[in-house]
Amino acid sequence: MDAKSDSRPATNAGTLKVTTPSDREVAMSRIFDAPRELVFEAWTTPELLKRWLWGPDDWRLAVCEIDLRVGGALRFVWRDSGGKGKDMGMGGVYREIAPSDRLVFTEVWDQDWTGGEALVTMTFVEHAGKTTLTQTVLYSSRAARDGALKTGMERGVEISYDRLASLLPSLHARPKEKEASHS
Amino acid sequence: MIATLRALAEPNRFEIVELLRTGPQPVGHLVKRLRLRQPQVSKHLRVLSDAGLVEVRVDAQRRIYELRPAPLRELDVWLKKYQRLWESNFERLDAVLDELKTEKLKHKEKSHGRKKR
Repeated sequence: MDAKSDSRPATNAGTLKVTTPSDREVAMSRIFDAPRELVFEAWTTPELLKRWLWGPDDWRLAVCEIDLRVGGALRFVWRDSGGKGKDMGMGGVYREIAPSDRLVFTEVWDQDWTGGEALVTMTFVEHAGKTTLTQTVLYSSRAARDGALKTGMERGVEISYDRLASLLPSLHARPKEKEASHS
Repeated sequence: MIATLRALAEPNRFEIVELLRTGPQPVGHLVKRLRLRQPQVSKHLRVLSDAGLVEVRVDAQRRIYELRPAPLRELDVWLKKYQRLWESNFERLDAVLDELKTEKLKHKEKSHGRKKR
């Protein structure tokens, strides 16, 4: 894949890492070339979120409501601007807010494909002007996490990516289809 | 693909797939490696086979299992799609952050008068 026409020199920013810290969790981390105040702002300001947090293909973040205080609600709705007028919504409540440092909220999808509420924890760690964002989603059960994986829309989908990814190169490299093990 | 995911969601079956990565193996080897009873292993192999993840071949009296890469490749393509979704979200976020940085910088310069940097 091409490295996206980016004029900046290569840094260690930009690589998405997905792991599964436990069988109910999925964690995703990424380094951004900006101070953590700004990364936090970009994750908590509706006008900013609408500019980048999109779904697949033509799904745009159409509704984004954030009441940024503990106990305050959040509501995100993605809309298929490809014309079919479909919506996909998610709502939750902020549980913990430490500006520029940590954000904890619950989330439930309207279609409830994650088997109830999931708990999302986001941490913003700055080092030398760059911010490592880590987002961990804790599902109510392993089945719920795998449910998220099956339905496919969001974070859940990458669940076993790190493990699967380990399988795949060897498959691609597999030589002769029918080399029998005569032994 | 749901069948592939279901089949892989069970840890022993995932293990079997991992064991078969190195090449075809007779059931006996799998039983030994998994430390399960033969009937259990056979049951798991049946599920994997129904999902198209493995195929069996009989060599003399031995049943030899082998991985079928097609469903995993399909899964790989699919997962990559979603990884790309986040990657492109984050690339857009990079651009938003660059803009915010520039704004903040301008703001700072303004409020600090003509402080040289």
